[in-house]
Order: sequence, then structure tokens, then C-alpha cells
Amino acid sequence: MSVRLSVLYFASLRDATGRAEETVMCNADDLRGLYESLRERHGFAFPVERLRVAVDGAFARWDDEPREGSEVAFIPPVSGG
Amino acid sequence: MSRRFRLAADRFDIVPLRDALLDDRAGGYASFEGWVRDHHDGRTVTGLYYEAYAELAQREGEAVVDEALARFDIIDACCVHRHGDLAIGDLAVWVGVSAAHRDAAFAACRFIIDEVKARVPIWKHERYADGDAGWRHPDPAER
Repeated sequence: MSVRLSVLYFASLRDATGRAEETVMCNADDLRGLYESLRERHGFAFPVERLRVAVDGAFARWDDEPREGSEVAFIPPVSGG
Repeated sequence: MSRRFRLAADRFDIVPLRDALLDDRAGGYASFEGWVRDHHDGRTVTGLYYEAYAELAQREGEAVVDEALARFDIIDACCVHRHGDLAIGDLAVWVGVSAAHRDAAFAACRFIIDEVKARVPIWKHERYADGDAGWRHPDPAER
């Protein structure tokens, strides 16, 4: 079952993709699978263990199911302060 | 009540932020200012840029301050973090805490800045004197 969702990219992930956002058709069972497929496509340096994931502006879990119409963001290691 | 965590696109004045924390019950106040310094890991830094995922940064920053209010015996707290382009010497982040006693004010102030650095989705892009530039994505051990 394929769902359409948008993915937000920040910092070095945006540099790797060349864009801040993209719409993707997702066939993965969970958000981990979504990241793995996009990592393969874009050549992200980070393994999933180094990142956090958010859905619609709130932190989510990697084993959450991708939802139609949602906005997923991969959060690379932060460096504020 | 204004929000206790804020992102700021421009330079901000800390005097009204401090004034907002004044309280007759407070016997102590502690603050922390994080500034842009001119070096990192032995390299000369010429400037930097902070990028934030605003929606989540606001939510997570607010959660950090709420946790400090629950965990420490303090009266009030506030944190403001810049985003966008900053120059050497600019104020990047400010934390202020008021409490009846100094121990709680210091401890909560330390907790807030440490948690903001570890959890809030803000990223630093540094420019170096040698022409190189890059995003900082530290390992937990580096923080």
C-alpha cells in the first residue's frame, strides 16, 4: 500500500538532496524503511541510529507507520546553543 | 503568559527578558549567554548560520523549559535562541531563571542550556577562515 507524503530536509541532509522538501510515494512499512529508501536514493551519510524522526511537527518513532498526507522530517544530530 | 521558549530572527534585548522574570518571591536569578566565538576545534571561524526546524524547535524548547519548572524549585524561566546569520561576538542563545534560592536557579539554568543543545532541532553552519564551511552534527560525546 503506497502513501503520498512530504519529507522535509534540514542542514546536511538538505545539502545532500539539494532541496528543503520533496513529495514521495512511500511503500515502506515504517518510517525507518522510508529513511533507508531515501538514504539509498540520496546517499545520506547518517545511519538511522544517528537521527530522530518527526511527523507533522512532533517527534515520532521509527516504527510508526507512514501516514498519507503527513509531513515527515528527519532530524540529523543537532548543534544549537 | 508569553512563551517561555522563543526563536529570534534578529538581535534581541535581554533587559526586558530579565525584567519579566523579576518576582517578589525571588531571592536569586541566574542567566547564561551563549556567544559566537572565533574558533572551533583549532580552526578560525569567521561567521555562522543557525537553521531551525521552527515548528518542532518551538515545541521541544517549550518542553525543555517546562521540564525545568517541574524538576527544580524555581519561579520562572525563559530561553531565546537566534536563527539566521550571526557574526563573531553575537549573542546566540540566552537563558534566564528566577528562584527563591541560588542553587535551584543555577541548576535549572544549566539544565536548560544543556537540554536545548542536545534536543532542540537547531543546526549550526560554520564558515572558516580557510574558505571551508560545514554543518556541525556532533556525536553525543562531543556536546
